[in-house]
Parts: sequence; C-alpha cells; structure tokens
Amino acid sequence: MRREASSTGPWADSGAGSGTLSEVRTSEVSESVAKAGADGPDDAGRRDFLYLATGAVGVAGVAAVAWPLIDQLNPAADTLALASIEYDLTKVPLGSEVTIAWRKQPVFIRHRTPDEIARAVADDHAPMKDPATDASRVKPGHAEWLIILASCTHLGCVPTFKGGEYGGWACPCHGSVYDTSGRIRKGPAPKNLYLFPYTFLSDTKVKLG
Amino acid sequence: MTEHKSTYEPKSGFERWLDSRLPIVRFSADLMSFPTPRNLNYWYTFGGILAFCLVVQIVTGIVLAMHYDTSEAGAFISVQRGIMRDVNYGWLIRGIHANGASMFFLAVYLHILRGMYYGSYKAPREVLWWIGCVIYVLMMATAFMGYVLPWGQMSFWGAKVITNLLGAFPVVGNAITTLLWGGFSVGGPTLNRFFSLHYLLPFVIAGMVALHVWALHVPGNNNPTGVEVKSDHDTLPFHPYYTVKDLFAIMVFVILFAVVVFFIPDAFEKVDNNVVANALVTPAHIVPEWYLLPFYAILRAIPDKLSGVLALAGAIAMLFALPFLDQNKVKSMRYRPAARMYFFIWIVFCLILGWCGSQEPQGTVIPGGAGPVIIDYGINSVTWLARVSTAYYFAYFLIITPLLAMSEKTLPVPDALFMPVLSKSAAPAE
Ligand code: HEM
Ligand code: FES
Repeated sequence: MRREASSTGPWADSGAGSGTLSEVRTSEVSESVAKAGADGPDDAGRRDFLYLATGAVGVAGVAAVAWPLIDQLNPAADTLALASIEYDLTKVPLGSEVTIAWRKQPVFIRHRTPDEIARAVADDHAPMKDPATDASRVKPGHAEWLIILASCTHLGCVPTFKGGEYGGWACPCHGSVYDTSGRIRKGPAPKNLYLFPYTFLSDTKVKLG
Repeated sequence: MTEHKSTYEPKSGFERWLDSRLPIVRFSADLMSFPTPRNLNYWYTFGGILAFCLVVQIVTGIVLAMHYDTSEAGAFISVQRGIMRDVNYGWLIRGIHANGASMFFLAVYLHILRGMYYGSYKAPREVLWWIGCVIYVLMMATAFMGYVLPWGQMSFWGAKVITNLLGAFPVVGNAITTLLWGGFSVGGPTLNRFFSLHYLLPFVIAGMVALHVWALHVPGNNNPTGVEVKSDHDTLPFHPYYTVKDLFAIMVFVILFAVVVFFIPDAFEKVDNNVVANALVTPAHIVPEWYLLPFYAILRAIPDKLSGVLALAGAIAMLFALPFLDQNKVKSMRYRPAARMYFFIWIVFCLILGWCGSQEPQGTVIPGGAGPVIIDYGINSVTWLARVSTAYYFAYFLIITPLLAMSEKTLPVPDALFMPVLSKSAAPAE
C-alpha cells in the first residue's frame, strides 16, 4: 500500500492531511465523508484495504462466471454416456481390415497374415520413434488381431491400409508411415497408433471399450 | 501530418443543432476531406477493396444463415440441396460467399505485400500494421470455420487436422482439443460452435477495421516514396480524388469476381467437399484452401509435430515482428535495391511453398525419380523443396532483413514527396 510521506506534496491541502494517492483520486467522492469527520488518518489504510478487497471479490466473481462459459465447451453428458460395442470378427477375412466407429472415433480391426506378423516381430528392435514390441500391441494368443485407434497420431487423419514401405499404413495427410504393428516408422507423427481398451469375448467376438 | 483541422461548417439550423449533440456529420465530412498523399498508386486501392469484400461476406453470409441447418445430420443437405438447388438464387449467393472468401484473401495478400514493399509497417505506423496483422489472423480463423459449415469431406478433415494442431502442445494439448470439439472427435457439437463463431468473427473484424482506420488517420497514409507528408502541397482531399480511384479499382475487382462466380464457380472448390462428411474415411489427398497452402507446407516440412506447429505459428508471427526486424529509416523499397531483390525472392518462395502445400509430400519436383534420400525424403521431393523454401522464409525475416537494415546502401530519397510527382515527366524513371 502506498502512503504519501508528508503533507507537503502537491496534494497537501486535499482531504485530511496525509493521504494516499487513491484517496486523492477519490477525494471528491470522499469529501462529504471527510466533512462528517469520519476521515481520520487511519481511514486511508482502511480505504486501500477496501479497494483491494473489492478488487479481489470482483476477480473471483469474474472467474466464477468465466468457468461455466468455458466448461460448457467440454463434451456434454450425452456425449460422455458412451456404451461399449461388440464386434463379430468373422466379418474380417484374413489379410483385410475394417474401420468402425467407437465413441465416434475411427478404429481399425486388422486381421493380420502370418507374414505381416513376422514382419512386425522382426522389426521389434529396429530404431523407432516410439519403440514397442509387436507382442505389447496385441492380446496374448490373438496376434492375428491388431485393434487400434485409426487416427494418425500426427493430426488425426485415417491412414490408408497397406500404404507405405512397411506394409502397414500410410497417412494421406502428411505422409506418416506405420508398420504392420501400427508403429510409427517415418513422417511427422510422434506416436504409434494408439491402443485402447477392448476384450475378447470369444475367439470371434470382441467388446470395444 | 499532424492534426487534421475540421473544415466542416454546419449549413442548416438542424445540422448546427445536431453538431453540438452528436457531431456525426462532421465526423463523416472530415473522413471525406482527409488529406491524402497525392501520389498514391493503385496498390493503395486494396484497402477500399477489402472493405468492400467484408461487406459482401457479411451480407451474403447473413442470407445463407437464413437457409442453413446447423445440425450434424442436416448441414450438408441444407447446403447441397437447399441452398444450391431449392432456395431462389441460393446458388448465386453461396457462389459469391464461397468465392468471396478467395477474393478477400487475394486482396489482403496484395494489401500486405504493398505494406511490406513501401515500408508501411515502420514508425509511426506500427500499431496500424499490428491491427492489420490481427485482422489477417481473424480472417483465417473465420474462413477456416466457414469452410467447415458445408460439412463435406474436406470440411470435416480440414477441421480435424487443424484442431489437432493444438493437441501438439505438451500436457494441455488434449484437453484443448476436447474442449474445442465438445466430444472425442470433430462432430455435431463442433459444427454448432463453429457456426456460432463464424457468425460472430466477421463483426469482430469490422470492429478491428474501425481501429485500423483510426490508426491510419493519426499519422496519415504512407505513400510510394515512403517520405512523410510535409505540407498541404503534398496532399489532396480523400474525396473526390481517392473515392473515385478506389471505386474504379473496386469495379475492376468486381469484374474479376464476377468472372469467377459465373464462369469458374468451383475453381477453388475440392470435389471431395461434395461428399458428406465421413469420420471413418480420410480423402486420399487433403489440402486446405489455397490461401492457407504456404503455411500448410511449412507445417509439413518439419518432421516433428510440435516443432511443425510452432513453425507454422512462427511464420505468422514474423509479420507481427517485422517493425522490430527492419530498423532501416528508408521506408520505400524504391530506394532500397537490395532489400527489394530479397523481397521479390521471398515472394517467389511463398508461391513455391503454396505449390508444395498442394502436392503430396513424397511427390517429385522435377518429373522423374526422387533422387538420393537425405534423412527421410529424396532430394527431388516436394518435402525438401518445402524445407529449403521454409528456410528462406524465416531467413528473410530473421537474418536478411535485420542485416540489410544496418548495412544496405540506399539510393537518395527525395526531400519531399510532391517534387518527384511534379517533375516526374522530366526526371528519368526510377
Ligand atoms: C470475414 C468474412 C467471412 C469469410 C472470410 C467467410 C468465409 C466462408 C467460407 C470459406 C465458407 C465456406 C464456403 C463453401 O465452401 O461453401 C463460408 C460458409 C458460410 N458462411 Fe461465411 N464467411 C464470412 C462471413 C460470414 C458471415 C458474416 C456470415 C453470417 C452469418 C456467414 C455465414 C456462412 C454460412 C451460413 C456458411 C455455410 C453455407 C455455405 O457453405 O455456403 N459468413 N464462409
Ligand atoms: S495426420 Fe497423418 S501425417 Fe499428418
């Protein structure tokens, strides 16, 4: 809090002698108070305190109003209420893939050939941006099923099946190349295609989510 | 130029009465009589053209909004069947609005290049320049959100890629994209909020334009010589001299505009946008609108996600930084032959970046093989051309411009701007 040292400053004759700048600025308003004798030397400090306290309450009030205005942008309850879905794997012949929607996000279910699996495993220790073994990206005993989010980890496009030199996917947007394990091998994407929770209900049925 | 004295004299009793209450007639009269350098060329008409473009977008946009359905299920149909086929003249109004965005950007780019060439960003016009940069950013945001509204494949995937840019930021990135989308991906909630903002932002732009003109009227116009106005001999009243010149330029611009709308209405349109948005299939080749291509090329040139996004933002930030980077007192490049040369090279690289942005990253530049691979792409690939161009883009601002500002030997600058005008026929061409 600022306090004028003495009453000899240019503001000396306003108010009750020693005053703060804020008091001087509001001197017109406070004149009636001063006349009423309520403007003792300590009131200046009290007024500064009220000033700050009012400001603090104002800031808190604005923040309290701003938060609902921002949070309303987040997913609404109906968007969040997402059921898991089941998928019949017999619909995906060996060597092909399907793209389906889960929580409105595209998902790949790829039925890999032994050849594709072998290629992925062979590269397990090749230099990679986001190293991971092929086994860590599938469920034990179900290595032929690669089930991953289909959004390129760069900016979200859906990569093209079998594109690129690793036989996995190539992203049409900015050229990221993924291998048959969905690991990023080339291009701007920072991460492997993401895994997400799913369970095998039987050998031919999965539950996503 | 300092204070422009008001020359308005109320003529009737009513005008006097109004003038002492709301001097709006005086305000308009002073705008019209504003002293303007007498040597402004046609590059100076783009301000008026831009104002015209904004009005066109707002008028056609408000009409489109009357027929547009903001729902995820209805948006595409309301544009493709409703506006394009059923609504009377809907095809025309959409044609003007969609192509109007391209015309708007064409004008704003020429306007910005004009400012760079004549040094209009230098003191005392830095604030004017920065407000212009803000308008440009707002225009990009507005056009981006407008492009999402027809809800075609390009709309959807453009929206997804651009919003995902913000996901590049560590820690907060994903929270920001979810907040923008209102879901786990681009969808109905995203479409609705983009419509709301697409309606709002043009009016924010209009407000910024008012500030832009205000900031223009404090120091007054720059001019092709870059020499400040010194006396009344240097200026002409805005009306009728420049109102007529601007109107003539607007007419020529409208002819070009009409040619696009009536003869090549889908010249800038991607066919994929006539296919309804599908969250499961990305079109084989997605590219943004032409006016964003150079930035898109810069984004792709960098093989790391966050750095790519920062480079893209940095490319725009360079415009804001220009007044700090170029401290040379000589404004106009007419008298800066070296700066002029590097500037023209910069324009060429911007065009090359635009071309790169429209091509596939692994495409070849000179037909034939991609050549030996350096790091990730062949030397003859679009990606490497984009990298070289990106390097020049930044070097122009961060190295060449500051160095030239200190070291360039400039040509003699005229003392006053009206002399070269009066003696132009006698003097040899510049
Ligand atoms: C700065 C000014 C503006 C720009 C640059 C702009 C740009 C755009 C663009 C690029 C599109 C996509 C066109 C297409 O492919 O169909 C669009 C669509 C649309 N805009 Fe604007 N716009 C502006 C102002 C406005 C305003 C003021 C409104 C009023 C509400 C508006 C309403 C619409 C609507 C309803 C659509 C969807 C219909 C359609 O796609 O034709 N716009 N805008
Ligand atoms: S979105 Fe896949 S490479 Fe950019």
